Amino acid sequence: MVMTTLDLDETNLDTTSPPRRAAKLRSRPIGDRAFDLSIGACAVVPPVLILLFVIVLAYGAWPAIAEFRWHFLVSAAWEPNPDKEEYGALPFILGTLISSILALALAAPIGISVASFISEVVPPSLRGLLRFVIEILATIPSVVYGLWGVFVLAPWVMNHLAPVLSKSLGFLPFFSEPFDPRNMLCAILILTIMVLPMIVSVSLDAMRSVPISYREAALGLGATRWEMIRLAVWPSARSGFIGGCILALGRALGETMAVTMVIGNEHRISQSLFAASDTVASTIANQFAEAPSDLFTASLIELALLLFLITLGVNLIARLIVRRVAIGGAD
Amino acid sequence: MNSRRTIYRRFKSRTILGLMAFTFLLALVPLVSLLWTLAANGAATVTPHFLTASWAPVGENGGIAHAIAGSLSLLALASVVAVPLGLANGIYLARRAPTRLAHLTRLLLDVTSGIPAIIVGVFIYTVVVRREGFSLGIGFSMVAGGLALAMIMLPIFARTSEEAIRAIPRAVEEAGLALGLPRRRVILRIILRAAVPSIFTGLFLSLARVAGEAAPLLFTAFGSNDWPASPLKPVSSLPQLLFDYARQPFDELVRQAWGAALVLVAIILLIRTATFVYLRWRYSKGASIA
Repeated sequence: MVMTTLDLDETNLDTTSPPRRAAKLRSRPIGDRAFDLSIGACAVVPPVLILLFVIVLAYGAWPAIAEFRWHFLVSAAWEPNPDKEEYGALPFILGTLISSILALALAAPIGISVASFISEVVPPSLRGLLRFVIEILATIPSVVYGLWGVFVLAPWVMNHLAPVLSKSLGFLPFFSEPFDPRNMLCAILILTIMVLPMIVSVSLDAMRSVPISYREAALGLGATRWEMIRLAVWPSARSGFIGGCILALGRALGETMAVTMVIGNEHRISQSLFAASDTVASTIANQFAEAPSDLFTASLIELALLLFLITLGVNLIARLIVRRVAIGGAD
Repeated sequence: MNSRRTIYRRFKSRTILGLMAFTFLLALVPLVSLLWTLAANGAATVTPHFLTASWAPVGENGGIAHAIAGSLSLLALASVVAVPLGLANGIYLARRAPTRLAHLTRLLLDVTSGIPAIIVGVFIYTVVVRREGFSLGIGFSMVAGGLALAMIMLPIFARTSEEAIRAIPRAVEEAGLALGLPRRRVILRIILRAAVPSIFTGLFLSLARVAGEAAPLLFTAFGSNDWPASPLKPVSSLPQLLFDYARQPFDELVRQAWGAALVLVAIILLIRTATFVYLRWRYSKGASIA
């Protein structure tokens, strides 16, 4: 298998026409050809890895796929009882979707506003520093967010936010009983904080790449600074905003440790945001090491496969929208 | 000139810019709160003893040295895998004439960096740890944890290496070729050498990113109360110790979790700040930034 990929690669390496290519190959030192081949072989690794992911996870999940078929996606059962094992992913899928989408709904406007502030309002000399400060949020490890969430955020939500929300908006089912000490709302808030820097970074890149002449034209026509931002900068940066938000969505869907620590880990579907619940990722993190049976493990691997395919799709879309995003956050 | 409409428009602009400044401050609230509680809860715990002692039963004043050693060995192992592979990918992606494979690889590297870390853990568990099925069957081990971290490190390091190599002026490459050096020598001896500072910056950034990961280690490195002994044995790490201790009912362990969090964040912020200052310094000297 390795040999065939190498051969394929060699044909890809050279784009010159066949006769010239033959001549060139003859004249090139054998060491160079070996070097190019090995470098090319390494370049095949990332695509092969993605393929392996799908194969391996599908293989591991197969017992569950064969047993439950599509019921796995719509069933809310999670029954490790050895007499009649039954597993369904619906509560976890809903938990993942609700937490991620609501977090994005909070983080997107704030993130774009922060990016606009750094890009268009602050003096240029401060830009790098302010950006760095926001990006610190992205470097804090997930577990540390979790620790902070358990001991600072969750008590604050319980003692201050929840009473206010339930008093003013308690007639809505989302803000009704039960009040669990760790709950969906904590997870949403912590996800909001965690994806914010990603939205800011990508939006900032998009806005910095809008030509300065657009801004000058708007100001020259008598626009105020806000009108300049809204009419000249935002429309050109829109694809960056969208790409950043989709990237952030991918991040939120797969975020594990912090969510696991604050969401309460209850297997149930509840309308209330104050109820403890679970996501796909937090279920895997909590239960994988203690899986009581092979079918249970296979069901968890099927959850992983689902999450993998969803995040793969989300990230593909985002990357195709934002072609030029530097990863790693190097400023 | 100053009609009421103009005054209104200026007022509106100022208000909205003020709101933007407010959202910026709002975003800082959790950061300040987090760093403050870390310092307040962790500072008293982090003593020389805490940093040099290994695990001990609750009540006997243990430390986190075994987890620090575990983290370092996991990171070293991850680097051994991810650095050569990432450099090779960086060289390939920075070619002057990109192939179709290069575009695909770059896209998939970026996509890989978005795969949830927990799924990398499940993947490595299935192919390396598990005793049955289509697997190496090594069991919970440092090797498995290092491989999981390497998979998360690879896309970040490969892309920063690509940028580092790309930033070397074409004239340098052409000068080498014109002297009759074979291409591989030009790449390995001239271009890579010139890109070394940026490559190291990328390495530190990717290590800082990976050092805080707990999710991929849960079912690979698994955690342990002992010093790292063998690559084939389970090993502890700072983020995982933090996660385990934070769920314990003992105040002492929770306090140790805060201490471990403080150490972890201090290391990561130190690396990030150092690279930030270094890049600014290079930038101000007119060098290109990677």
